[in-house]
Amino acid sequence: MKTRHKRLAFVVAGLGALSLIAYLIFNAFQGNLLYFFSPSDVVAKKAPIEKSFRLGGLVEVGSLKREDDGLTAHFTVTDNVQRINVTYKGILPDLFKEGKGVVAQGKLEHDGMFRASEVLAKHDENYMPPEVAASLKSAQNGAKSPAPAANTVNTEGGRKL
Amino acid sequence: MSILSKEFWLQFSSPKTFYPVAGRMIPWFAGGAILLTLVGLYIGLLAAPTDFQQGDAYRIIYIHVPAAWMSMFIYIVMSVYAGMGLVLNARLSNMMATALAPTGAMFAFLALWTGALWGRPTWGAYWVWDARLTSQLILLFLYLGYIALQAAIDDPRRAYRASAVLALVGVINVPIIYFSVQWWNTLHQGSSINISQAPKMASIMLTTMLIMSLAAWLYAIAIALFRVRVIILERERHSDWVRDLVGARP
Repeated sequence: MKTRHKRLAFVVAGLGALSLIAYLIFNAFQGNLLYFFSPSDVVAKKAPIEKSFRLGGLVEVGSLKREDDGLTAHFTVTDNVQRINVTYKGILPDLFKEGKGVVAQGKLEHDGMFRASEVLAKHDENYMPPEVAASLKSAQNGAKSPAPAANTVNTEGGRKL
Repeated sequence: MSILSKEFWLQFSSPKTFYPVAGRMIPWFAGGAILLTLVGLYIGLLAAPTDFQQGDAYRIIYIHVPAAWMSMFIYIVMSVYAGMGLVLNARLSNMMATALAPTGAMFAFLALWTGALWGRPTWGAYWVWDARLTSQLILLFLYLGYIALQAAIDDPRRAYRASAVLALVGVINVPIIYFSVQWWNTLHQGSSINISQAPKMASIMLTTMLIMSLAAWLYAIAIALFRVRVIILERERHSDWVRDLVGARP
């Protein structure tokens, strides 16, 4: 065995061991690496109680209501399985829309209401001109798709949420 | 010497042979990079349509995504060179790894910076500590650590060996960055381009992004060759051919 073969074996074995270590570490910390919890996680009591955490999902279509002060908003976050009611006082980001992704930081109150201190919009990975989006939408409506168009544009992204 | 023979290719692993070859290649890559950047920026910023959700804000994708791709890809190339330098004791491989690091660091910084500028109007925050953003920040630190470690050790051979180990250890971070959006819940959106799926972008947008990526490739090659020529001269300054070269052009 030449020296350089030995060194190569060393490097390969080192990288192999390193991958294994990384795999085990990330497996162990899986839960802590989640940026947000889904409504299903919250209902299953996986999210911390009495502590601040992030709730992520889609803003349910038709759920957004604003109070007369113009700042306080109520909406429902859903992962198409479970729903959590959210209340937030502050300015919502531009991309905040019904049927679109959202990540809210806040606390779950005892009455099941999530009081958010910060709301971020989570946009998806689809990019297209407005005309294409409009024609896609009308094609879907024409086909009498039962789901609202805003949801079906990104069903996959919605599921991943 | 046949172009298919091993000897033909091996001669380029000698800094002396590679120095003039690199010099002749630089103008082509640099010229291509300038041309493609101009075309890509023109289409991306002026000609391409707006996005149905984000309006004009999405246009930063034409810099953000190529920069992020390059930062990951250059890291892999850099660690392959560093690994070859470590295993084969090949001088030129070590020099190439050193030459690539600042460019990789620049692209990593560019990806983070453009990402912050993109995040503010769309998400509502410049920075969040999600898995994608955090692992990309670690990539920037790996590049900076690699550069700093090399600069901190005076003996070049020891510097190459120590920094090669760091580069190889850090390579584990690249798949973590790439797959972070699939493995964990992140605020960062998923990839628009996947091997197994149709791209989730309009074709003009996709084409423009690929033009900008190719421009970034050509730029990275040109600047790395430029830098490696300087490193070759510095490292080989005591050899006869460098003395002749420098002596011939006072």
